[in-house]
Amino acid sequence: MKRLLILGAGTGGTVMANLLRKRLAPGDWAITVVDRDNEHYYQPGFLFIPFGFFKKEDIVKPRSRFLPRTVEFIVAEVDRIDPASNEVLFRDGRILTYDILIVATGADIVPSETPGMVDGWRDTIFDFYTPDGATALAEKLKAFPGGRLVIHVNETPIKCPVAPLEFAFFCDWCLRRHHRRDKIELVYVTPLSAAFTKPVASKALGALLAEKRVGMIADFNAERIDATAHKIVGYDGREVPYDLLVTVPTNMGSEMIERSGMGDEFRFLPTDPYTLRSKKHENIFAIGDATDVPTSKAGSVAHFQAEILARNIVRAIAGKPLEPAFDGHANCFVESGRGRAILIDFNYDVEPLPGRFPFPVIGPMPLLKPSRINHWGKLAFRWIYWHMLLPGRPIPFVPARMKMAGKRRPASEAAGGSAGKTP
Amino acid sequence: MAQKQYGAATVDVDDEGFLADFTQWTREVAAAIARDEGVAELTPAHWKVIEFMQKEFKENGQAPSIRKLNKSGVISTKELYDLFPGGPAKKAAKISGLKKPEGCV
Repeated sequence: MKRLLILGAGTGGTVMANLLRKRLAPGDWAITVVDRDNEHYYQPGFLFIPFGFFKKEDIVKPRSRFLPRTVEFIVAEVDRIDPASNEVLFRDGRILTYDILIVATGADIVPSETPGMVDGWRDTIFDFYTPDGATALAEKLKAFPGGRLVIHVNETPIKCPVAPLEFAFFCDWCLRRHHRRDKIELVYVTPLSAAFTKPVASKALGALLAEKRVGMIADFNAERIDATAHKIVGYDGREVPYDLLVTVPTNMGSEMIERSGMGDEFRFLPTDPYTLRSKKHENIFAIGDATDVPTSKAGSVAHFQAEILARNIVRAIAGKPLEPAFDGHANCFVESGRGRAILIDFNYDVEPLPGRFPFPVIGPMPLLKPSRINHWGKLAFRWIYWHMLLPGRPIPFVPARMKMAGKRRPASEAAGGSAGKTP
Repeated sequence: MAQKQYGAATVDVDDEGFLADFTQWTREVAAAIARDEGVAELTPAHWKVIEFMQKEFKENGQAPSIRKLNKSGVISTKELYDLFPGGPAKKAAKISGLKKPEGCV
């Protein structure tokens, strides 16, 4: 009996267990999934907690509930992978050998990477990328008397790169509904040169920030935070004062990857962007936020990768060459406030463009433009996530590879040349 | 494709002045781009960064992150800002003759 071992039972790991259990005969292949706890959070829900739309209990379920019965689930802390002997070593001394390993250990915030950040942690400095952080921020926002609220992205790449923008849009909306908008100044601080990485979406999202009177400080790289004086200090000497700092700290992969000596400078696993196989080891694959592939770190990406990775693992087992089929496809609903959301759909080569989704002309969802139906789409997605995405069921009309149909490139950008090329 | 005159050399550049063709890069061109970017003189410390950036680009097809420069022991981030004031990742890539570092989405 051979063993396929999956490290991580988040979005990517869970979908892979479901897809591969259908394709690998239980008599030939044991599938084992490991995670350090049994709490599966619906991560897109974190954004809603600070504004009181959800509580953390609303967005968590046991990981084990989404794994097939014939898959073994182990709750334990992994110490490291030993790729030379095809073994995974656990903190408690156990050792598991594998024939094929899938790394799906995700990414997390690491506030300690920025000097001074932990000094004001959950006092005047908050995150909304963890259930506890988002919950603490909800309490803080309720009691915040007014002043300068700074929304800060410390370093890229981050999970769900649009989330801090959504946070800014939500802030504006909620404050206006509570007639407190005039008491609070909103400022968005980013290491990027604009609201987003790609030109067409940057223009649309930047215009929304301006419309909602959110100040923008771009090209800002934080050297440290002075939690006593309440200011972010940049490497270039600029200082950004705050009364309340909502930060997205540096995102990094699992420490286990570093202990295994397998990560890049962010502890992400160097992964072939098209086949999703490890660049170093033939029988190791990776999915989702744990990889270093140059697309968004987002659940939709893990979902699109899963179908392609499942096929490639079956091919690898059969001794066939892998298909370089993953195109970097990502699809994100961006909450823009006032019951509306923007939908973006893009891949390695095509930046987010305006148009209609999933069908040309009839849509029904408009791309790169706020609309009510996109907001309903985002709300419906929570149900789709638990009931269709995690079990590995196809989502109707949304294939793994991006479709160009329905998208159009604005005339000024089409002439621009460099826009949308593969990084 | 736009062209730019750097000393005796004429090179192809994109809209933002990044070299379109690395084979046109020379140390003289680098020094001229540096002057345009407000770096008056390329010191041995600058060259150490430039050489590392070019080696990384050759191996990985993209310019290294500031974090990687820092972690590899080439230069601390603070020193990097001192050497290439403003946006060091972009400036150092431009002077090294690499294409514009694109943040991932």
